Amino acid sequence: MAAVATNTILICAGGACISAGEESVKDAFKDELKKFALDTVVSVVETGCMGACNLGPLAVVYPEGVFYQKLTPDAARKIVREHILKGRVVEEYLYKGPEGEIKPQAQEELPFFTKQVKIATRNLGVIDPTDIDEYIGRDGYFALVKAVKEMTPEQVIEEIKASGLRGRGGAGFPTGLKWELGRKSKGDTKYIVCNADEGDPGAFMDRAILEGDPHTVIEGMVIGAYAIGASQGYIYVRAEYPLAIERLNIAIEKAREYGFLGKNILGSDFCFDIELRIGAGAFVCGEETALMASIEGERGQPRVKPPYPVQSGLWGKPTVINNVETFANIPPIILKGAKWFASIGTETSKGTKVFALAGKIRNTGLVEVPMGITLRELIFEIGGGIPGNKKFKAVQTGGPSGGCIPAEYLDTPVDYESLKELGTIMGSGGMVVMDEDDCMVDVAKFFLEFTVDESCGKCTPCREGTRVMLDILEKITNGEGTKEDLEKLKQLGEFISNSSLCGLGQTAPNPVLSTMRYFWDEYLAHVEEKRCPAKKCKALIRFVIDHDKCVGCTACAKVCPVNAITGEVRKPHTINDDECIRCGSCIEVCRFNAISKVSP
Amino acid sequence: MSVDVKETVKRIYEEVKAKSLEDGDMLINALHAIQDHFNNFIPPEAAEELSELMNLPPSKIYEVLTFYTMFSTKPRGKYVIRVCQSTPCHVTGGREVIEALKETLGIDFGETTEDGLFTLEYSSCLGLCGVAPVMMINDMAYGNLTPERVKAIIEELKGGEKR
Repeated sequence: MAAVATNTILICAGGACISAGEESVKDAFKDELKKFALDTVVSVVETGCMGACNLGPLAVVYPEGVFYQKLTPDAARKIVREHILKGRVVEEYLYKGPEGEIKPQAQEELPFFTKQVKIATRNLGVIDPTDIDEYIGRDGYFALVKAVKEMTPEQVIEEIKASGLRGRGGAGFPTGLKWELGRKSKGDTKYIVCNADEGDPGAFMDRAILEGDPHTVIEGMVIGAYAIGASQGYIYVRAEYPLAIERLNIAIEKAREYGFLGKNILGSDFCFDIELRIGAGAFVCGEETALMASIEGERGQPRVKPPYPVQSGLWGKPTVINNVETFANIPPIILKGAKWFASIGTETSKGTKVFALAGKIRNTGLVEVPMGITLRELIFEIGGGIPGNKKFKAVQTGGPSGGCIPAEYLDTPVDYESLKELGTIMGSGGMVVMDEDDCMVDVAKFFLEFTVDESCGKCTPCREGTRVMLDILEKITNGEGTKEDLEKLKQLGEFISNSSLCGLGQTAPNPVLSTMRYFWDEYLAHVEEKRCPAKKCKALIRFVIDHDKCVGCTACAKVCPVNAITGEVRKPHTINDDECIRCGSCIEVCRFNAISKVSP
Repeated sequence: MSVDVKETVKRIYEEVKAKSLEDGDMLINALHAIQDHFNNFIPPEAAEELSELMNLPPSKIYEVLTFYTMFSTKPRGKYVIRVCQSTPCHVTGGREVIEALKETLGIDFGETTEDGLFTLEYSSCLGLCGVAPVMMINDMAYGNLTPERVKAIIEELKGGEKR
């Protein structure tokens, strides 16, 4: 059975698929293969994140590359019996389009994958992240060999500078320039740090890279260390990512064993090693000076810059800090050259960017696309648009430091500069899509709650200012806001932006300011008409039963937790507004669409 | 202070120290290791012992440990449930999931059930937004949550305890 022997089943073991039940699916695959004595010829490989998280658990069966989705243990058994044994594709687990039509079977042909250009995530979903040989098999550590054997540190820096790579963690500082400053800084000890404290809500590309291809981060760091002359590196990873920590530990140990870390790397004089540092739940530690304080075993509070970390970083020594995705881009640039990399993207933003699509979007997950792609392509072509025939309202980029972009700017090319012009930022690449049901005032309030919670408390504008902004927003969503409040909100926002100590505070008002810029009418409706157009703010809505539609089935009365619905069987029911807590249970249970929200 | 705690903390401290390259950077790692050992919280006597070992005032230990949300000075349940409260989870039904959790467990955030099994906490983004809403129970993540699924997961854990 030669044809059978060539089958390989790649199963996605990214965080999302695991939480959707990947392990039992994998066990079922292995178990069923064993039953047919195929376990020695068909290998089941657990890979990193394949990207299409909402379709998980996922598997791709090679050599055909058939993409199976939403798997269960039973599905796995069926695929073994049908596909592996008989060569028949199991249609019921193929990806289906919005109309239920079966799309192409092969992974490469699915609309979600066709527009992607994978550089930083090139190995995700392809290799077993715990196996260093598979990474080497995909040209892993070749770039390190090239850098150490054939290039001087200065040449490495020149190459990265020429590529135009900019920091993928948010601010977009040119990586080559940072390395050059690090190289030129005087000091007998230098450090290189990988910022893996990904904290922006809705951004999970760093998690996926750490879990799915930890060696690319390590290789990028070793090359960086060689370039700047660092002898010690730290990866600061958040404790919320236990799987990433586990796989990084395995990868570091293997890299040491293979001589890519440690003394005299690849037989040269260059010595470098990496240690993991684990966060403990503080968002502000993603800010580089706070991160360094945390590595040093202190409270993770930021300090004033300058001096910048490249001048005085960890323990006062020159320190270069880059983010996970930035490091993941380094090996391909060294291997394929700066020219190749710079040919992708826009004038000022080179290469690709990984985006995490989340919220009200059909295909949630991770995508890597060339810089300059439009938001429309990203959200509607790759992301598949908004589910449930709802209307697109806004996309939030840059997490709590970013802002919301409304529909009229959907054709904006995505790069650092254009997003900034729209009052938001690239940030780490999280995109949360919102539809007509989302209230922008509520969204702004939600982000501010986050910043108030995560403010470290060191500087007053951030600690007190964001609190006052939140109080005003609460007043507005409770229907008690005035027009003066809106003015105050704006002033306060600008003041906090200008006077906070670190990036967290400086950008904290962005979600409020940008929603005020694009959704002013919605704010006005809340304060002037005491109305919530999206019908989200509880204090501004009422639930009513349409007596023409209600058949008196009593379902709503039974489900109401506060007994606010009264009426006789087979007669229209009524909601007592004073008792109603606006939980929405009645709407969910009504089969006749008789209940609706009204505002005011 | 019990001799037992003292010795355990000393052993943990030595283990962490052996793995560290710099002396200054081990406080947070040591706190993680202590918390893992003492059922998800840092008992006062352990913090005190650590301050002796590291030659730091207890105020320094507490300054650091109270800054980070994942460290607890209060005893926590066997299962620490951390619910993601980020935007992607919020807009996909996280609010209802949170209500269901509170109702099923009969506790509010920051509290522990009477039987000492569950502690309910908020978490910042867990990075599993593709399968939002999400929660983590100890190191295990659960995605695509609905109020019904949350109830089922809790019941299953409770059932496992009885068996």
